[in-house]
Order: sequence, then C-alpha cells, then structure tokens
Amino acid sequence: MEPMEIPVVKGGTKVATSRVFERDPDTVRDEDLREAIWELGREGEWIVQPVPEPYYLAPTKYGRMKKIPLEHTWHHKSCGQCGHIPGYSTSIFWLNRLLGYDYFDPRDQTSCTAWNYYASATSNQVAQAAVAMRNFSAAYESGYFPLIHCGTSFGHYKEVRHELVHDANLRRQVRAIMDKLGRPFVMPEEIVHYSEWMYAVRDELKNRVQYDLSNITATVHPACHYYKLQTGDAIYDPEIYGGQRTAAVTGVVQTLGANVADYSSWYDCCGFGFRHILVQRDFTRSFATLRKIEVMKAEANPDVVLTHDTGCVTSLDKSQFAAQAHDRNVGVPVMSESQFAAIAVGAHPFRVAQLHWHSVDYRPLLSKMGIDPEKAWAEFQGDLDQIKSGQMEFMTWEHVL
Amino acid sequence: MPSDRYLEVPLEEKQRLFDEVKADPRFHTYLYGCYECGICVAACPSARFYDFSPRKIAQAAAREDVELIYEQMNDDIWNCSQCFSCNRCPRQNSPGGLITVMREVAVNNGLRSMKEALAGYTRIIYKIMTTGTQVSPDMLQEDAFPDWGPQVKMVSENLDLWRRALPPETLHTTGLSWQVEERTMQELYAIWKLTGTLDMISEVDEGLHDIMEEIMDDALEDSGLSL
Repeated sequence: MEPMEIPVVKGGTKVATSRVFERDPDTVRDEDLREAIWELGREGEWIVQPVPEPYYLAPTKYGRMKKIPLEHTWHHKSCGQCGHIPGYSTSIFWLNRLLGYDYFDPRDQTSCTAWNYYASATSNQVAQAAVAMRNFSAAYESGYFPLIHCGTSFGHYKEVRHELVHDANLRRQVRAIMDKLGRPFVMPEEIVHYSEWMYAVRDELKNRVQYDLSNITATVHPACHYYKLQTGDAIYDPEIYGGQRTAAVTGVVQTLGANVADYSSWYDCCGFGFRHILVQRDFTRSFATLRKIEVMKAEANPDVVLTHDTGCVTSLDKSQFAAQAHDRNVGVPVMSESQFAAIAVGAHPFRVAQLHWHSVDYRPLLSKMGIDPEKAWAEFQGDLDQIKSGQMEFMTWEHVL
Repeated sequence: MPSDRYLEVPLEEKQRLFDEVKADPRFHTYLYGCYECGICVAACPSARFYDFSPRKIAQAAAREDVELIYEQMNDDIWNCSQCFSCNRCPRQNSPGGLITVMREVAVNNGLRSMKEALAGYTRIIYKIMTTGTQVSPDMLQEDAFPDWGPQVKMVSENLDLWRRALPPETLHTTGLSWQVEERTMQELYAIWKLTGTLDMISEVDEGLHDIMEEIMDDALEDSGLSL
C-alpha cells in the first residue's frame, strides 16, 4: 500500500486542526445509564455495587467522568488471554502487586461466553445476561469490584447492562434464574475494563519506568468491542487524537515515554471474526496482515503493535507467520499494553510477560528497549530447570517481584 | 431485485423465520431505518473479503423482504465478523446485532447452512459449555493451527512445564483457561438448562447435545440445585 496523508501530526497523535469540539454530557444522544441503575436499585430491582474508593475519574466519549477503581478489584479473566497468551493477565496482576493494590483472582468465575455467542449464536439473550449476572454476583459476594480483562467481555456486558436496564421482562427472567442459584441480583455501578485501570495508573507507572523508551515507536490497535459497543462508555481524552478516538492504550504508552505513530486503517478490526479465527482463518490471516500489519509497516514502521484485547493480540500476532511465506511486509511483535508496560517498569519478559507464547520475534524490541533477550531467556530456563527437578513446584509471585 | 434463490422453500416458512427474528426483544433497537449511505459497508471487514454487505442486511430487514432475508440467513450471515464496526451507522442501526439475532434463529431452526458454518466448531461449543472457559491451553496443537508456525509446537511440547511457570495460582491448568470451581460449573449448567441453550445444541449436533446433557445432568444431580 502506498503511503498516504493522514490528518494527524506525522508520527504522533495530535490532530492537525485548530478546531475545538466541546463535550457536554447533558446534551448528548448517548444515554448515561448510571442514574437508571441507581434508580432500579432504590426500587429494589437489584443491588447496586458501588465503585470502591479510591477511584480515578476518567473522561469518556461525551465528557461524563467514569469512576475507575484503583484497588479491591475482582479480576474477571479472559479465556483467550489465560489460555493462549497468559503473559497478558499475568502482567495485569503483576502491575497490581507492584503498585501495592489489593485485588482478587477468583475461581468462582466463568467466561462471559460471548466469544462463543458471537461465533456460533448457540445461546440467547437471557442466557448471556444470566452468565453476566452470575459473575457479577460472585464478585459482589467476594467484596471485590469487577475489573474486566477481555474487551469482548467488557463490550458484551455493557450490552447486557443496557438490555437489563431497558427490559423489565428480561430482568424478571434473569432474576428468577439467580434466585434458583441462590445468588443475589447485582449490577455494578460501573463496568470497567482493565485498560481503563491502566489509563488510571499511567502516571504511577511513569515514575517506575526502567528504560529509555524514547526510541520505541508503537502503533495502537483500538479493540472494536471496547469502544464500538455502547460507544459512550469508553475513555476519550481531549489531549489524545483531539478526543476523536479512544485514549485507552495510547495514553498509557505515551505516558511511559514511547512514541505512538498513527496509521490510516486504525478503525479497522483485527480480523478475529470469532468463528473465523477458529475455523475459517483464511479471512483472519488476510485481514490482519493486509489491512492492519502491512499498513502499519508502510505508514509507521513500528517496533511493536500494542492493543488491549484478547482476540486482537491473537489475530495480529499469529497471522503474520503464514504471510511471511508469501513475502508480505510483516514481522512486528504484538502484545497488550499491560505486557509492554510491565516490561517497561521492570517485569521479566518471560517470567511475567511470558513472551515465549507469542509468535512474531520480539527479541529486536527487547534489545532496543535495553534488555538482553538471551540473558533473560537463560534466566527463565533456569527457573524451568528448577521446576523440572522439583526444587520449585510452580513459579511464584515472590520469585518475580 | 427480488431473490430468486430458495424458490423451493414456501413463502410461509420464510415469513415464519423472519417473524422469529422480529420477535426478538432486541430487534427494534437494532433497526431504525436506513439512509443507504453505505458507511457500514465501508467500515465492514467482511465486506472486503466476501460478497457481503451489512447495508443489505439492514435494508432487507427494514423492507421486511422475507425472500431476501431467507437468502441472507443461508448465504450471508456467517460471513459477518461480529466486530460491530457497522455500529458507526448514522441512523443508529446495528446490522451486526441483527445478524446475531438472525444467527440465533438459524440455529434454533437447524438451517443446513448453519450446520455447514459450524462444522469443525462443535469442539469449541463443548469446551465453553462444559468448562466455562472457551479456549484451553491444550487446544494449541500443531495440527490444529499449522498456519501459526513452529511456536505452537513449542507450546504444546512444553505445555505442562510452561503452565507451571506462571505466577498466578489459577493458571496452572492445561484443560481449562483457569481453575473454575465445581460449584461455578454447576451453576453454569443450570443456566444452560433453564434458558434453553442446551436444547439449541440438538439442532447443531444431536450427538454433542446428548453427551453434554449427560454431563450436566450428572453434575446437577450432585449439586443440590433445584431447577
């Protein structure tokens, strides 16, 4: 693809315009559900779980401020992250520990099951809402507040919340199921994605950066289900892309000191497709490489692609191998901003970020950051030897902090 | 142009299926009309690689063109990526949402094209419905993902060791994404039974349905849950 002019300052995220758009949360068409949620709580329809203090106030698309809990968080894990990219969730947990924030990693949690729903439709509205509310009730009973790791879970739960607020019949059906399970019927005050927590703690992380990242260029893929479902409830910062795109990921990466470069196909999805990534990957491979990776390479030539969702990391990373066989212009490591941030503030690239689960060669990136990948791999191999010999049963948090 | 496909299917049957789509409580929030601007098509990843148009989905539903909708339910809807880029619609439509509903109706009615689209996918349905997690580490096998390169083989050869080398205690698993409590799974089974989700599987794969029903019934019998 030929380079093209794009309406941001070259290599950055400042919009090349003098126009200013004011946001007024009282006049937008996108409704703010929070008051309705509290009202339903007052009417006894459900229990509202308040965001615990301390919380951070983050700006959303139309200017309303969203409460982001800093700690006492119940980590709603992602099946794709934990199953296939485990350094993703490990990095989120590690950052919480580094910053001294209390959190809970539950076993009383299922997937949101939305990957399957969007892939096969073998479920229905009531079932999907019941799965969501069962998880919310488990969080409430633990005393911790849900923090959603997966972009699809986050978007799907926002959809479910919207449906439950507006549909009394759906509420009755789901509540009846929760009664049968012996569970309270609970709606959290906010539905919060982990990348919003990352945005909230970005300045705390900035003070802990271990490497000079000023020569690192990243391209950011904003995850569709983070901001295209229930669009108003996503972080937008007037300082980043002029407030015209979500500031999640980009705000964190810039604060850490790395450069974020723009590219023209930023709105395109990653090609995951839910069903396609599992049983029709010719589509996923083509879209991920032709519409995303190659465009990024041609227009920004990044050192790394950073994103904030399970499927996006998978599609953009795994699709590049087959494209290399066709001599396509690919070959950029892909990871979540949680992994990148964790490494930047001192996490081990293998013990914590678990980069050996990723496909594209990440060693040039590590070297450019000032990390010796061979030395780090040898250290990790030493750990594996200890596990194999029985000296260490599992890798422990004490070992990696 | 009227659809000239599936002429052998009676109009009444096509109407019945559309009525099911329209009866979904979400239908009216996914469709408000159509400006025919094509923004949804410009944003759609599937439109770039398939003969697929989210605009046609919205227009057919708005016109209640049951012939075309039937054709789409057979030939188009499984191409959708469900990314919801089409939610950019200035009329506030959600063609992707309409497709979710159309797919549900296709499953509930056992359409042949649905079975073709989900061929090879049933192992995923088994995994998510019986374990509560969608993809497990032990699914990373070289023969399942040959296009992902040699790194997949490395994962599968070192799987148990590499999982033990994860600091979070909940991730020392190979058959599940994380450790899920037995009670949690029982509650999930109850949800599948109470909402008719398990019944839907019989339209996809009767054998899979029977296997899962046995697993869930046994677990629920031990659970003390009264359904």
